[in-house]
Amino acid sequence: MNFKMRNWVLGSAVALLAGTASAAGTLIYCSEGSPTGFDPSRQVTGTDFDASAETMFNRLVEFAPGSTQIRPGLAEKWEVSADNLTYTFTLRKGVKFHTTSYFKPTREFNADDVVFTFKRLTDKNFPFNKAAPSDFPYASDMAMDTNLVAIEKVDPYTVRMKLKAVDAAFLQNLAMSFASIHSAEYAEGLLKAGKAANINTQPIGTGPFVFRSFQKDANIRYDANKDFWRKGDVKLDKLIFAITPDASVRYQKLQKGECHVMAYPKPADLKAMQTNPKLNVPSQPAFNTGWLSYNVSRKPFDKLEVRQALDMAINKKAIIDAVFQGAAQPATNPMPPTQWSYNKTLKDAPMDVEKAKALLKKAGIAEGTEITLWAMPVQRPYNPNAKLMAEMIQNDWAKIGIKAKIVTYEWGEYIKRAKAGEHDTMLIGWTGDNGDPDNWLGVNLGCEAVGGNNYARWCNKEFDDLIVKGRSTTNQAERVKLYEKAQTIFKREVPWTTIAHSTVYQPMRKEVQGFKISPFGLNSFYGVSLK
Amino acid sequence: MLSFILRRIAVVIPTFLGVTLLAFALIHMIPGDPVLVMMGERQIDPEFYASALKRLGLDQPLYVQYWHYLLNLLHGDFGTSIVSNEPVIREFLTLFPATLELSLCAMIFACLLGLPAGMLAATRRGTIVDHVTMGSALTGYSMPIFWWGLILIMLFSVSLGWTPVSGRISLEYDIPPVTGFMLIDTLLSGEEGAFKSAAHHLILPAIVLGTIPMAVIARMTRSAMLEVLREDYIRTARAKGLSRGRIVIVHALRNALMPVVTVIGLQIGTLLAGAVLTETIFSWPGIGKWLIDSISRRDYPVVQGGILLIATMVISVNLLVDILYGVINPRIRHAR
Repeated sequence: MNFKMRNWVLGSAVALLAGTASAAGTLIYCSEGSPTGFDPSRQVTGTDFDASAETMFNRLVEFAPGSTQIRPGLAEKWEVSADNLTYTFTLRKGVKFHTTSYFKPTREFNADDVVFTFKRLTDKNFPFNKAAPSDFPYASDMAMDTNLVAIEKVDPYTVRMKLKAVDAAFLQNLAMSFASIHSAEYAEGLLKAGKAANINTQPIGTGPFVFRSFQKDANIRYDANKDFWRKGDVKLDKLIFAITPDASVRYQKLQKGECHVMAYPKPADLKAMQTNPKLNVPSQPAFNTGWLSYNVSRKPFDKLEVRQALDMAINKKAIIDAVFQGAAQPATNPMPPTQWSYNKTLKDAPMDVEKAKALLKKAGIAEGTEITLWAMPVQRPYNPNAKLMAEMIQNDWAKIGIKAKIVTYEWGEYIKRAKAGEHDTMLIGWTGDNGDPDNWLGVNLGCEAVGGNNYARWCNKEFDDLIVKGRSTTNQAERVKLYEKAQTIFKREVPWTTIAHSTVYQPMRKEVQGFKISPFGLNSFYGVSLK
Repeated sequence: MLSFILRRIAVVIPTFLGVTLLAFALIHMIPGDPVLVMMGERQIDPEFYASALKRLGLDQPLYVQYWHYLLNLLHGDFGTSIVSNEPVIREFLTLFPATLELSLCAMIFACLLGLPAGMLAATRRGTIVDHVTMGSALTGYSMPIFWWGLILIMLFSVSLGWTPVSGRISLEYDIPPVTGFMLIDTLLSGEEGAFKSAAHHLILPAIVLGTIPMAVIARMTRSAMLEVLREDYIRTARAKGLSRGRIVIVHALRNALMPVVTVIGLQIGTLLAGAVLTETIFSWPGIGKWLIDSISRRDYPVVQGGILLIATMVISVNLLVDILYGVINPRIRHAR
């Protein structure tokens, strides 16, 4: 063997070995439940989005992994008109839709797919919607159905979208899971075959993983998309979701190596997980806030002194230790610190029972006054045990002479009655959707949201003017100023007692590399590999 | 015999009607609706809400909804899931074999252990064997399924590594469902090791689900046997000089079986109730978990259809037991 030949053989062997090591493996993710389907347009929960949007689909713009900042997705770049009402997207070339046993694309991704996706979300009379009627709750929630008035194909790789009113969060909204791009060619085929409903059971996207099979309540199987347009982001051969509803069992499976990553650990198991030499438990402040709303449309909560008194009587630290078992940080603002425009200068009023009593006296509130304190019947990351939290607050308020009666209803009823304003005070919270400050302040505290998500029924003109202005301003630096000021007003007026931002823990085996916790609580496997 | 069977079947019809009404009424009595539950704390546009309710047919008065439901049932249509848009019957048929497979294995486990334990306790009445057996049965009966399942997983799966933690089969096998029964499907697939893996995965859930029925069967067998062992014909058999084994197995057990068979039939209900928890612990893709999820999502057609289909199973098994009863004991089928 001459020198050249030997080098070639050695080189090939090394390349082969390296190739095997880098593209190796099947990653098993112990997920918490079955998705309701695989069409992200119609879904609302993280369980659904993890199994569809995060694995198989892309959006025009996307959230960078582990961040709330957007980056180009299927759109390479975009321009916004001077009046902030027209967005022109230049689409990426060379993107292939998945090839599966049920669909073989004959063309690459282009403007037709974008037009199809958004027409479907916004036009009730669109032929595909007639064939497969569905609601698009998130699109409606983000006002996409009313504000996006035109979607035009300018040329095969350029799309223009027109808005009715300026929406500074529009691009952030486009990065959300519900705005995942479908294949128009596939949809047309389904429509012709009279199988439009299959869009929810046999998904076709452009994402890093290709759908292979789903067995309800058992598993979902995906193959790596070898043609994925963002080369280097697919480092696995296969991805399997092992559906494991019980958190303790997920942990046992993780310990035994039956899965590599698990969803939602139980706070009680965290200590053991952190000391387990086979596991890594990275954590990140979650993109949520849990709070107590004061219904300012009812007496005596219309009085600022009363709200201030109740607020300063609550022992947040004790709540975080007991309810979150330490896995949270006290909340000062309505939005978490990872949200841009978070006002760092604000501080909580210090806990002070005597001052609280004095404030109540000043407001003319007699000792022994009875109020209702509503506790959510469900667990949420921002409030894992609302009943316990309510009991602790009840105890704190008893010390200042306020008798709180804890009230709870079935979840749907709870929300319905709260929106009707039947409560005095209530526990609730929010998880950010799109990384925009308006998604916290406008949605939960704006005057428009009274009777909706503004459970405090607090409509402050000074605050609302800032929010409305923020929504129609696209300059981020200007928006930061507006929202910081709005938070100062919020803190001064105390429509809520902000309680906590929980911490997300993502237990995984040590062999898992490159997993990034999403601030939105989603699980995606972009760039994840196995050692 | 035929008139006996027909009489029994005639009783079943109003029962079915009652079940449809009960299932319909109960799920509609729970506050909230599928749209509100789906939206949770998200904001909801009144126009969107109204159109969603209309699309689902939930804007009509309840009696109209019930009437439509009955009409569809008569046409063999159990409805379509609001959440997944799949026909209820298709979802049921996909998931039910898993529950049935698990329940059958649990019942086999319960009978294999419960019957001999009860016989042993009866024939050794008052001895330490009796006390230990019945004490264990009582413990088994009072065991909370969730706790029992987790303890077994920690011991046998995590510490000893003998059994898998959960699921129906190791994820390395991708067995396409043919019959839905994993043991049969693995045999049909011809994949080496798949059957063994499926059988391994059945052990712990079958034990957990079978524990309460086992305890009930053991206690019932014991008391029925004690009753029978006091009968004159047993004394006669003994006087004839028959062996102890022959007396117990041929003369006593056969006569003692009657209440035991009834109890086994009634345990089907217990098994299905227990399946909800067992399926959750062992990530078993059966109808228990499906129904619970549907209740929390207010997926009315699934809850109504699912309950009716399960009731059909339970009623059919009980009907079968009734008929078997008649076969075993002619006095019953002749009674008016």
